Amino acid sequence: MEQLKTIGRELAMGSQGGFGQSKEFLDLVKSIGEARSKAEEDRIVLREIETLKRRLLEPDIPKRKMKEYIIRLLYVEMLGHDASFGYIHAVKMTHDDALPLKRTGYLAVTLFLSDDHDLIILIVNTIQKDLRSDNYLVVCAALNAVCKLINDETIPAVLPQVVELLGHSKEAVRKKAVMALHRFYQKSPGAVSHLVSNFRKRLCDNDPGVMGASLCPLFDLVTIDAKSYKDLVSSFVSILKQVAERRLPKSYDYHQMPAPFIQVKLLKILALLGSGDKQASESMYTVLGDIIRKSDSSTNIGNAVLYECICCVASIHPNPKLLESAADVIAKFLKSDSHNLKYMGIDALGRLIKLSPQIAEQHQLAVIDCLEDPDDTLKRKTFELLYKMTKSSNVEVIVDRMVDYMISISDDHYKTYIASRCVELAEQFAPSNHWFIQTMNKVFEHAGDLVNIKVAHNLMRLIAEGFGEDDDATDSQLRSSAVESYLRIIGEPKLPSMFLQVICWVLGEYGTADGKHSASYISGKLCDIAEAYSNDETVKAYAISALMKIYAFEVAAGRKVDMLPECQSFIEELLASHSTDLQQRAYELQAVVGLDAQAVQAILPRDTRCEEIEVDKDLSFLNGYVDQAIEKGAQPYIAEDERNGMGNVSNLRSQDQHESIQHGLRFEAYELPKPPMQSKVDPVSSTDVVPVPEALSYRETHPISSVGSTSEAGSSELKLRLDGVQKKWGRPTYSTPTSSTTNSPSEKPANGASHVDSATASYSKSRDSQNTKKTEIDPEKQKLAASLFGGSSQPERRSSTGHKASRSSGGAADGSRGSKAVEKTIQQPPPPDLLDFSDEPTVTSALPSVDPFKQLEGLLDSSMSSTTNHNAGTATIAPDIMSLYGDSTASQDSLDIFHGLSTEPTGATSGETTVTTLPQSVKGPNAKDALEKDALVRQMGVNPTSQNPNLFRDLLG
Amino acid sequence: MIHFVLLISRQGKVRLTKWYSPYSQKERSKVIRELSSEILSRGPKLCNFVEWRGFKVVYKRYASLYFCICNDQDDNELETLSIIHHYVETLDRYFGSVCELDLIFNFHKAYFILDEILLAGEMQETSKRTTLRLIAAQEELLEAAKEEASSLSSIIAQATK
Repeated sequence: MEQLKTIGRELAMGSQGGFGQSKEFLDLVKSIGEARSKAEEDRIVLREIETLKRRLLEPDIPKRKMKEYIIRLLYVEMLGHDASFGYIHAVKMTHDDALPLKRTGYLAVTLFLSDDHDLIILIVNTIQKDLRSDNYLVVCAALNAVCKLINDETIPAVLPQVVELLGHSKEAVRKKAVMALHRFYQKSPGAVSHLVSNFRKRLCDNDPGVMGASLCPLFDLVTIDAKSYKDLVSSFVSILKQVAERRLPKSYDYHQMPAPFIQVKLLKILALLGSGDKQASESMYTVLGDIIRKSDSSTNIGNAVLYECICCVASIHPNPKLLESAADVIAKFLKSDSHNLKYMGIDALGRLIKLSPQIAEQHQLAVIDCLEDPDDTLKRKTFELLYKMTKSSNVEVIVDRMVDYMISISDDHYKTYIASRCVELAEQFAPSNHWFIQTMNKVFEHAGDLVNIKVAHNLMRLIAEGFGEDDDATDSQLRSSAVESYLRIIGEPKLPSMFLQVICWVLGEYGTADGKHSASYISGKLCDIAEAYSNDETVKAYAISALMKIYAFEVAAGRKVDMLPECQSFIEELLASHSTDLQQRAYELQAVVGLDAQAVQAILPRDTRCEEIEVDKDLSFLNGYVDQAIEKGAQPYIAEDERNGMGNVSNLRSQDQHESIQHGLRFEAYELPKPPMQSKVDPVSSTDVVPVPEALSYRETHPISSVGSTSEAGSSELKLRLDGVQKKWGRPTYSTPTSSTTNSPSEKPANGASHVDSATASYSKSRDSQNTKKTEIDPEKQKLAASLFGGSSQPERRSSTGHKASRSSGGAADGSRGSKAVEKTIQQPPPPDLLDFSDEPTVTSALPSVDPFKQLEGLLDSSMSSTTNHNAGTATIAPDIMSLYGDSTASQDSLDIFHGLSTEPTGATSGETTVTTLPQSVKGPNAKDALEKDALVRQMGVNPTSQNPNLFRDLLG
Repeated sequence: MIHFVLLISRQGKVRLTKWYSPYSQKERSKVIRELSSEILSRGPKLCNFVEWRGFKVVYKRYASLYFCICNDQDDNELETLSIIHHYVETLDRYFGSVCELDLIFNFHKAYFILDEILLAGEMQETSKRTTLRLIAAQEELLEAAKEEASSLSSIIAQATK
């Protein structure tokens, strides 16, 4: 009896309570609403989880109560906590016969479970049963769940029923069945590929909603394979035409546009179908022109349709007239005050620019405005546009802007992105070496660890090579300026590792080249770097190699090497390093410093990294030594492949040989050795070398050359410091410091054949191609100088071709500012911004929203008057809209409460008479209802003013 | 395709989340944290789009609530903005001058309405009237159930007298 009483009370409460929930739930929401910190909120939720766990264990929970528990679980989950302990109850609720409970159950499982959850298997059966239900609402609920929960494994279980439902008598069911089938297609195209014809059928459905829904899957299908849907072009065009002519029911209108969402979808499909198809495109021209003409550019949705039209026009076979009207729309977008429209305009401009480059010219000032806008999103979009229109004539301006922006942001994701864009543009269009190096320095300094290592290698190569112009003076000037800039930069704290590597390399190569800086100065700097970044081994390796070069140059020049004490200790530290690489470099350095000038000159000649290195692949100079050893009974060398029993491919060697000059490393086997001698293995002999007449000396190729740095491979100095580092490239027997130091220089005299190092060859080849590319750009430069920014980057030289002067370059900027001002004044007054009617306190802003409510036909009659009233109200109480954006003051609060409190539509009708006379207090007549609601809420303890004064505010207010 | 819908209050409190693409609970909280700090800090005059992790997030503020929809890169932002507005208008018609409080206490109803507008990450119904009619049909059943319940409760009340 007691229990029955409780049930009775709960039921009564459930039906009369203001929000339909129990006190407990309201308390929970309230306390979370008032939580002052995330930690406090978490505590409350954890407590709630405990409560729910306990409650759910109770036996015989009444269904209504259970429904509420499920909703509370949803709440917990929504706030980011784990409610998995209650999932099973949600699953059970889907089994319930009563629709309200079933619906809640389905809602909960779709929110709780992903399609690979174990519990899905318990729901599939219920879904199957519900899909067969007589009640279409039950079927709808089940289809909602199908879209979320069915994965490729369970598709076969429900597929036949879903297909059957495509012909259901209720349009709501047909529509959802289309969406479900679309979802299946997305998840497992193979399973439903035989059913795609159904989407075509549904395109002809009587109900516009079903037709609209079928456009989603058709869009996907057309994206994948446009060819097989060419036959539908005329259907899509005629549907679009009918929609644009308002043949659809009024209820599909949205802000006075006829079914705009359907229009957008159709335009997207047509853009795909018309791309590269003149005939199909021609059938679209008329309707596209009509839509562009008719679309209302004063509403958000109207502009969405217009934007989609531009995308379509840009994608299909071009039509001059349409392009012109598209350009007009873009102009309207760009001149608008709304950032949203500017953004869309920039995006659309990027699409159209390929077809008609001249349109960018008209808008260059608008584009620059967007670039300087404080809005990051707009700025990024503009960079995207600039990237598309970069030419060699405007690259300086654009990349400088990008670098400045890159420096200013902290978002790594975007920083990486824009850094790679900068590098790409700079490499492609760099007007001068000096500029390129300066730009790269900036990129490295600020985003060094985010860019690709290849970029660093390219930079080093460039400094070594210049741009391939045979002008030594310029090249050395370039190098000196690089050295100077690096000496300046290394003082900065926390440079990225990759940048330091470049710095070390350049300082080692060219630090003392122009005689401006002494060896001890440079070596001191290098030691500073190594010390400051002592936990970065790569940097240390670069630093010690650089030191070695500096000392080698000194020795070669006949000067006495005066090692600084800090260098000494640095070398000593590396001699004992755990890294064998560092150790070897240090030992090599010691060995080199100990040699006489001539030997050093031979090992590390100055300024030779660009020279082709002759490689004695036969190692013929060792023949005598080897013969001697064999005579003494040593075992001849057997190639590694042979030892492993690999096949003999040596007969291919001779053909391959000339190819190997062009390509990188060769991996073919050595020539077949003589049969091994029977003498017992001599431990020393295994390290000896047997003449392998044609074998390539892999030693000569720098490991990095395999990853693309050709310049490094070409330099003899670099070869040394990596000796023995990556032994997999060479025969293990070679990896001793002594052999490496004697290796390359001693070959030269011995080698008559003069094989070109393959890496160097490929590099010089690439350099040649670069040269030819450069010359190709030039005429293009001339041509494009006239287009946007073209003149502006170098106005002093190209003022005749440049259309408008750049604001970024000196005096010319004034002129551009002047013309900008003119344009600004033309722009005035700005087109009224009707898109965001909460943004602007203009009276007009609320007007468009009035009309859709007028179109209300029958549904929620009473609410109609309330909403129109309300809109009329907002139109007049402009300051109130403004207050949405400010923190409401206490005085506003009292007014706010009256705002939007009327959940009872009937309340509004009673107030209609007053509205006409007293628009200021349009919510006033609702005060009674509002106060009641307010009182109720306060009774529950929700105090809106304390935390969130806007809690009661109309969202649409 | 729409990847998720978020409703966040100006204080950064989550009011509604709907995920159309798979995200683990951990990813979800991360997404919410990242996006709410990004969006809430944006000024009122800026555009309503945020580029985020290769997606585009379109948001709009209504009173103190931010409605956010995460889209694919090539979707039409203005259309998404209109979808948000369409949803809010539908809510407004359903609740009659909807305010944040309605959504706080009836968030499951907000879900039901959202489910009738968006399905599987696409817009399934563009007519407010059709949407609301379907919701009303479901509610009628609910009302019927309630009436049944209250009559039951009066019977119980009488029985326990």
